Amino acid sequence: MSHLIPPSIQPYVLPVLFGVVIVAVLPLLAGYIVLLERKVMADMQARLGPMRVGPHGLLQPIADALKLLIKEDIIPVKADVFLFWFAPVLSVTTALLAYAAIPFGPAFQIADLNVGLLFILAISSLGIYGIVLGGWASNSHYSLLGALRSAAQLVSYETAAGLALVSALMLAGSLSMKDIVQAQYDQGVWFIFVVPVGFFIYLVGSIAETNRAPFDLPEAESELVAGYMTEYSGFRWALYFLGEYANMVVVASIATTLFLGGWLRPFARYQDHLFGTSVELLDIVPTILFLGTAVYCFWLAPKQPVQIQKIVMALVGGLCLILALGMAGALFAPDAVRMGVHGAFWFLAKVFAYIYAFLWIRFTFPRYRFDQLMRLGWHFLIPLALVNVVVVGTTIVLQQNWEWRHPMLSALVTTAIMLGVAAFLGREDKQHQAAVEVPEP
Amino acid sequence: MTTVLFYLFALLAVASAILMVTRRNIIHSAVFLITTLLATAGIFLQLEAEFLFVVQIILYVGGIMVLFVFVIMLVNLDVSLHLIQFNRQKYVAGVLAFVLTAQLLVAFWVGRGSLNLGEARAMDPKNTEAVGQALFQRYMLPFEIASILLLVAMIGAVVMAKRRV
Amino acid sequence: MPGASVLPMPIDNYLLLSLALFSIGVVGVLTRRNVIVMLMSIELILNAVNINLVAFSRYWGSVDGQIFAIFIITDAAAEAAVALGIILAFFRNRETVLADEMDMLKW
Repeated sequence: MSHLIPPSIQPYVLPVLFGVVIVAVLPLLAGYIVLLERKVMADMQARLGPMRVGPHGLLQPIADALKLLIKEDIIPVKADVFLFWFAPVLSVTTALLAYAAIPFGPAFQIADLNVGLLFILAISSLGIYGIVLGGWASNSHYSLLGALRSAAQLVSYETAAGLALVSALMLAGSLSMKDIVQAQYDQGVWFIFVVPVGFFIYLVGSIAETNRAPFDLPEAESELVAGYMTEYSGFRWALYFLGEYANMVVVASIATTLFLGGWLRPFARYQDHLFGTSVELLDIVPTILFLGTAVYCFWLAPKQPVQIQKIVMALVGGLCLILALGMAGALFAPDAVRMGVHGAFWFLAKVFAYIYAFLWIRFTFPRYRFDQLMRLGWHFLIPLALVNVVVVGTTIVLQQNWEWRHPMLSALVTTAIMLGVAAFLGREDKQHQAAVEVPEP
Repeated sequence: MTTVLFYLFALLAVASAILMVTRRNIIHSAVFLITTLLATAGIFLQLEAEFLFVVQIILYVGGIMVLFVFVIMLVNLDVSLHLIQFNRQKYVAGVLAFVLTAQLLVAFWVGRGSLNLGEARAMDPKNTEAVGQALFQRYMLPFEIASILLLVAMIGAVVMAKRRV
Repeated sequence: MPGASVLPMPIDNYLLLSLALFSIGVVGVLTRRNVIVMLMSIELILNAVNINLVAFSRYWGSVDGQIFAIFIITDAAAEAAVALGIILAFFRNRETVLADEMDMLKW
């Protein structure tokens, strides 16, 4: 096949193909994450969520997209038309551009940059403009206030999240995303177990970066109507929304690559084989998972009240069965295919676990007030992240240069020191509390 | 391919720069400066300076220009859109700028063969590590001075922008 | 040197680009009334210088030019912060950001 493509464009074919796949799949994926969020919210609130559009509400994102596309495009009278058009486009472009450096598996990455991690951070920092310019262009008080608050929040938590990433970066020794996952394979441990405090800082920082609850004051309905998105309707609003959910997947992918081992399966170095075949024991876990889900779906199917839901359950069961067969088949394929398929499965599983954590946190915690938010960012997270970098750096130097070789002990000591610093930073500030307290009536 | 990229980024940079200097609306000027800075970052990447590429985007576009945009939003007067944008000495200034450009062009043209660059040397493929090593070994003193400069600038900016309570 | 990439372009193109951006920046500083646009033109001049430095860094094969460029970016950040603080303070007092009208210290 490769002899059909002229050599001058050969290096560009595969990245362009991957790019097209990502740009085509991602809006659909973002739409279905919205549906997932509504279903999870419903489950946590003891109700069912969207059930009408399509069986079990599965066609809800498509109905939403259609509605947004045919809605009237309203531009406020004194709005700055160029910026009003430009801001949502910028938001979506930066969210999609960050996918260029993210490895979805050992074989699926558009560009393995030497500075891949910094590139993604840089593109995320461009996302601020989508919000600020959108709020300004709307020529409305709620929009401007929401935009300025959101931009201040993003800038504050970007520093903390970046510093948290640095602590995992020092363990990896390279900025290339592929090398970071390779380092986790070489050291035999996911970095979350070595720097759990760094992971926690990144988790909180990434929730604030994507304007999710409990840090969603700039776009909360009860506070600022919809913040910077107030004046946007129809397709422009859909673009903002798409940008926000695509950003969520980007942030989850960074956390997965740096802290959760990327495309590595759990216990990646455990090479025991299955009854003397060439199949590794733990590689049959995806197959077993999908088979289990298929069996569960087939068991649930007859219990559904409505005929169409029985059929849909059976179809979902069939889909899980096909995926199980695909996973099992990949085990006997050449190495590249096997690693590609299983790597993609584990990567996506971890990304969805992280996103589920986002959703879970959203529906559990109340919203932070804006001054509490800024206080948390500047007074707690940034000093904690700085001390984290210093402590982890010291540990690495001790291990490399001074021949201290107790990895588990150093991880425990590091975590203990960091928890102590966190307790110190998080103590009750009586003076600030007294200043901010509303007196009892 | 690199030549095509260079011309693309160069065209984008020059066009955005001209647009930036001539816009009536200051926020549009800021947006065009952002485009110019992004094109410059592209040129850095094309010159195999990948660390500078990301530093330009994170610091210049993601930091300095955000500061500019915030301040523009704070001082923007609606009436300023209808005022004269260019000052009274624009013709003299234009002549002076033209003379300066002509001088530089003449200097460039006369000296174009005299650049004794020798054979093309390869850059260190690990650009970030090379920059890090140079920054912390040869250029340690300027690095520390730059950090003190930033501290002083932070204090200065906070003091200047505070309201006298 | 083994692995030296053949440079596709002479350095002249980069120098001319740097010159063009520099001139546009100079025109911006000298002719605009709005102080913020003057500041942005100064940033443009600094960027033109950066392009020059990085081009020479590439063609010499050493990293020193890029270090200099990093320091220029750092300085630009510091100077922009302080200058914008001054502009804000002035705006609070005199309600103007036009250079023509910033002509009296006190009356």
